[in-house]
Amino acid sequence: MKELVVLSGKGGTGKTSLVACLAALAERKVLADCDVDAADLHLVLDPRVLHQEEFRGAKQASIAADRCDACGQCAVYCRFDAVRFDGPASDVVEKTYRVDPIGCEGCGVCVHVCPTQAIELAPSVTGEWYISETRHGPLVHARLGPAGENSGKLVTIVRTRARAIAEERSLDLVIADGAPGIGCPVIASVAGASMVLGVTEATLSGKHDLERLAGLAAHFKIPMLVCINKADLNAEVAAAIGEWCQRHKIQVVGSIPYDRRFTEAQVQGKSLVELGDGATAEAIRSIWQETRTALGRSQ
Amino acid sequence: MRIAIASGKGGTGKTIVATNLAATLAQDDHPVTYLDCDVEAPNGHIFLKPEIAHRETVSVPVPEVNEAKCTRCGRCGEFCQYSAIVCLGDAVLTFPDLCHGCGGCRLVCPEGAIREVPRPIGEIERGAAGAVQFVQGRLRIGQAVVAPLIRAVKRHLPRTGIAILDAPPGNSCPVVETIRDTDLVLLVAEPTPFGLHDLRLAVETVRQTRLPHAVVINRAGPGGGDVRRYCDRAGIPILLEIPEDRRIAETYSRGELALRTIPAYAGWMRALFENVRHEALV
Repeated sequence: MKELVVLSGKGGTGKTSLVACLAALAERKVLADCDVDAADLHLVLDPRVLHQEEFRGAKQASIAADRCDACGQCAVYCRFDAVRFDGPASDVVEKTYRVDPIGCEGCGVCVHVCPTQAIELAPSVTGEWYISETRHGPLVHARLGPAGENSGKLVTIVRTRARAIAEERSLDLVIADGAPGIGCPVIASVAGASMVLGVTEATLSGKHDLERLAGLAAHFKIPMLVCINKADLNAEVAAAIGEWCQRHKIQVVGSIPYDRRFTEAQVQGKSLVELGDGATAEAIRSIWQETRTALGRSQ
Repeated sequence: MRIAIASGKGGTGKTIVATNLAATLAQDDHPVTYLDCDVEAPNGHIFLKPEIAHRETVSVPVPEVNEAKCTRCGRCGEFCQYSAIVCLGDAVLTFPDLCHGCGGCRLVCPEGAIREVPRPIGEIERGAAGAVQFVQGRLRIGQAVVAPLIRAVKRHLPRTGIAILDAPPGNSCPVVETIRDTDLVLLVAEPTPFGLHDLRLAVETVRQTRLPHAVVINRAGPGGGDVRRYCDRAGIPILLEIPEDRRIAETYSRGELALRTIPAYAGWMRALFENVRHEALV
């Protein structure tokens, strides 16, 4: 079984629109939406949720005002600037300390240093994940709660489930839609995958962030392919991306023109290749052919 | 005044708005600092082209165990919420990649066997782009923990004047770390189904912080009705609509500020700033 992860570095280059097309073109696969922060793939796949589970991410500290004597040790030891001196009054003091849930990383240091045992660490539900059926096969997806911590852990759950479904049903491939950036959720989606498909765009920002993504793929020793979206926006930059890839022995599997029908497809809840034929659909079909061949050659 | 520029979805135009706003305000003699908090994919420098005058490495403190003093009691491993230190029988293993640098393991070690050593996670670069003061964080490739680097960028927030914080996309901890303690969060949204869906998520996130927030619609066109209706119902002011224009995208692709090639852009940024000032005061 192979695992293809679609990433970009820069956001908004067209990862999800491309994955939606691959979902329509590829056979015998499981889809995984690893962009748990801002998952969009379900908007075009119209999933029927079969299974749903809570995700418990980081724990959160909270201070019981009635036991807080405002000694301030928690604030001294907190390294995340998450303890604020603006809590309610208690029997002893006019103002107590309070944990800002937004800043708290759930480490438990404040619990340890509090001399009056006023602080508790409790798990919080920070998201949900789902196994669904779609017209293009099974989809594992998730929703990280607002301001959620530990998106990497949730990504790992999504990937693990997607691989398990592929094994159970003897499917050959997992196609994962990743998050932008190169940090925690991206690392969680890329480590141990068979191949990265980097979707860039013909802009200097797109090129800059693709180079950082290529660095990450090399760091984890994952082979990478590149597809250049919005290629006609700037032919010079598109060519420079191609040259950069060639120099770094990264195969460019194809280019996609700037096409407003991607938005039209979103509005219709479809992928672009399902809207009918045309130059863009043709380009995407060829990108899938090249990607499939490269995946077949990979270890 | 501290203005954070954020969005749930990537590629909606945060950096275009942030860099053009910074450059326009500087042109008008406002003291402006631009801070690129998108440390995973920092792009503001491409447009502002700053002269970097200072570089510093940002580290997180990670544990180092003195094997001679360690009695393998396992308290460190029990305490660590991130599985960054684990005691397995005769060995104590550390996983610096997972460490958040809270210092808890050192505090709970009864033998004083743990000390903290700095582990570099990225760089801060500072300088000037014309009259714009420039600060950016750049995550080292392969590093997963980004919040300490964003906090380090924000240590360079100016005491006075206008600070523009360019946030990463998404709705989780890096975004929250960026927008914390700002005066207004400007959400840049594009009028597409993905854009609207992710705007809703971004609004939920910002509401958790109770910070004032408003929307800029980028690439506005005939399809923008849904975003407008949503903002209207949710009571979120729309401070600017930037029209869909391929010339803006082409200018962006070359790494140039839109206000250099689209004459109206600076005027839009001025109007946006006036609206921001008004919103932040309300």
